[in-house]
Amino acid sequence: MKSVKRFTGPGVAALMLFMALGESVHAQDETTQEPSPAELAQPDTSMAGSDKLLLTGGVSQLEGAAGGGLTPWAVIGGYGTGDQIGGNAFYTRVNVQDYHLDGAGMLIGFLDRIELSIAQQRFDTELVGEALGLGRGFTFRQNIVGLKIKLAGDAVLEQDSWMPQFAVGLQYKKNDRGAVLDAIGAKDDQGIDFYASATKLYLSQSILANITLRFTKANQIGILGFGGDRNNSYEPQLEGSIAWLLNRKLAIGAEYRMKPNNLGIAEEDDWFDAFIAWAPTKHVSLTLAYADLGNIVIKDNQRGPYLSVQVGF
Amino acid sequence: MKTIYKLATRLSLMVLIGVAVVAPIHAAENPAPADPSLLPVFEQFGGKPGLDALMEDFMIKLIEDPRTRNYFAEVDQKHVKAMLAEQFCVILGGPCTYTGKDMKETHAKLSINEGGFNALVEDLQLAMDMHKIPFRAQNKLLGKLAPMHREVVTLP
Repeated sequence: MKSVKRFTGPGVAALMLFMALGESVHAQDETTQEPSPAELAQPDTSMAGSDKLLLTGGVSQLEGAAGGGLTPWAVIGGYGTGDQIGGNAFYTRVNVQDYHLDGAGMLIGFLDRIELSIAQQRFDTELVGEALGLGRGFTFRQNIVGLKIKLAGDAVLEQDSWMPQFAVGLQYKKNDRGAVLDAIGAKDDQGIDFYASATKLYLSQSILANITLRFTKANQIGILGFGGDRNNSYEPQLEGSIAWLLNRKLAIGAEYRMKPNNLGIAEEDDWFDAFIAWAPTKHVSLTLAYADLGNIVIKDNQRGPYLSVQVGF
Repeated sequence: MKTIYKLATRLSLMVLIGVAVVAPIHAAENPAPADPSLLPVFEQFGGKPGLDALMEDFMIKLIEDPRTRNYFAEVDQKHVKAMLAEQFCVILGGPCTYTGKDMKETHAKLSINEGGFNALVEDLQLAMDMHKIPFRAQNKLLGKLAPMHREVVTLP
């Protein structure tokens, strides 16, 4: 070993000297011309900047991920670009005929690459709870932790390419009503959804489209537990959103979310909504929708307004 | 009947979204390709005089914006405005010739991040709003400008 060191030592020194000479000659070349003020201009590198374009971080979907109202998108939530951090908090209320759902949560987007989210859902059974012997206003509570990672593409800037932005994510859900879930035939009170999303903004058409493939065992997104007597395996479910941008601050659109049908006692339908989202600034957005949640346990045609408020940066 | 209706709705919706997501758009080699089909958009911008007027307010917005100010404050603004007007004119299929340098060369020595690029887009949107350019026409231009981030953004 020693002899090798002795042998290479002078060679490395000579190489470094050569490189240093090259550097100084190169540096001299550059200093012959003074840099212009524009060349000296430096970008704001504080990570708290919110330089993503308006609405391109989506809004908060029901389970807390950035997306539409029902479905996650491949975008990373918040207004942080590749060297910034973004974040927001949301409150959502869905009021259908016989039930209402409250959701609240927050997310952080790191470097436009990784999104971490937490959310809690409270599903109030109102009079149905009484009819089922659970008690009036019996409420299922579910906590959700979400992780999303952007894999490739850029939904907004790559306008001369067909390639959408791709992301994968998971949502860990834990329901607090294990005993009731057991009684209705659900196999578990917790579960993990896995999904992959592709999102693309078509600027020349002023249209944004998203498609998500979710693998899940969740009954009514987990409100009624996971797996059931009819089926207890992961099933692929398609979800989609399409939005038409009316101006920088306003978008209208529709969403669709396919759902499994695992419980023998409770038919489950796919979900739809039509929405209008308004972001007067990067710090606040309002989403108003009309949701069709189909059958939920003993009640058919559960439809009604969906309102969501989001604040963030 | 209900199942057939549901299946049809489901299928047509997914096909619609699927087509929108994967519809191929040819990747352009030139970051500022002249597109004759955008001539109607050129008219919506008020032709070359409209673009020249737009650049006046665009430059004002760029100087007002602390995120972009230092890149434009000390440059020959008259020249930059003229080159931008020419470039936009060419992109929108107008009867102009771009006499400026290419985007890569122009920005090679500048330190610009994605936030700076987006800031410029926002300032351009504000200026276009001021000039009552219809939103869809704005987006058609922005759709041609957006891929230039590859030449303009010099920082990771």
